Amino acid sequence: MNDLHAWAAIGLIILASTTGDVLLSYSMKRVGDVEELWKRRGLLAVLGRVLTTPTFPLGLMAMGVAFYSLLFGLSWGNLSLVVPASASLTFVANAVAARIFLHERVGRRRWIAALLVAAGVVLMAL
Amino acid sequence: MTFRKYLVLVGITVFSTAGDSLLARGMKEAGGVSLHHISGLLLAVLNPWVATGILFLLTFFACYMSALSWADLTYVLPATSLAYVLVALVGHFRLHEVISPTRWLGITLIAAGVGFVAGGPSLTPTHDHTNSAEPSRDAVSHGLES
Repeated sequence: MNDLHAWAAIGLIILASTTGDVLLSYSMKRVGDVEELWKRRGLLAVLGRVLTTPTFPLGLMAMGVAFYSLLFGLSWGNLSLVVPASASLTFVANAVAARIFLHERVGRRRWIAALLVAAGVVLMAL
Repeated sequence: MTFRKYLVLVGITVFSTAGDSLLARGMKEAGGVSLHHISGLLLAVLNPWVATGILFLLTFFACYMSALSWADLTYVLPATSLAYVLVALVGHFRLHEVISPTRWLGITLIAAGVGFVAGGPSLTPTHDHTNSAEPSRDAVSHGLES
């Protein structure tokens, strides 16, 4: 029963954090290199620009959902199951989502890595 | 990639590991949270371990956002994935959670996958067609800011 709860939480974490990661990555690409911006205009300009990017709060909300799902998961399952399982599957889902929505080139090297990570996740769930 | 940018990637790994471990310790203290007692979940934030964990995760988030501003999502993610192996090790050595041989093998495969990505190119040239459109829109939407 606890396992079922933990896996339900893991599924929710994957969905929410992939949505969040894609939205946040898209937002930060629009903001541009924060290190450069900080040097030129200061920290307030960086914060102002990040917070006024419309997709940023949406990404933050998705991450909030993922965070509370993580709290649920951690109270039911082992740290060494919930965190690696959800995060690694999120890694695979993100590779697919980054390719589709962010138009990043995910080469053969990264797909093989995704499979290695997925296999590792299956082994951790046994 | 400058030395400072590599430090930001290290920060992602370390702060998320420390944050998750503190959260786990706090949530074990707070006991099991059920769907029928949502208030328990909200009150868990008052636990000092959970609160410190959240502080660390906020620092992680700042590093993560910084990295996403100058690197691909698929490049930054391996750096975060490394943290999950660290989390399992911390769970084993600090929280005394049992890790079976198959789980150890799983951890090894995940680490190998991360190493595989890290050894590849860090920035994808495909950025061109998205980026060429973005800065112009960016300049317009943020042009009023002084």
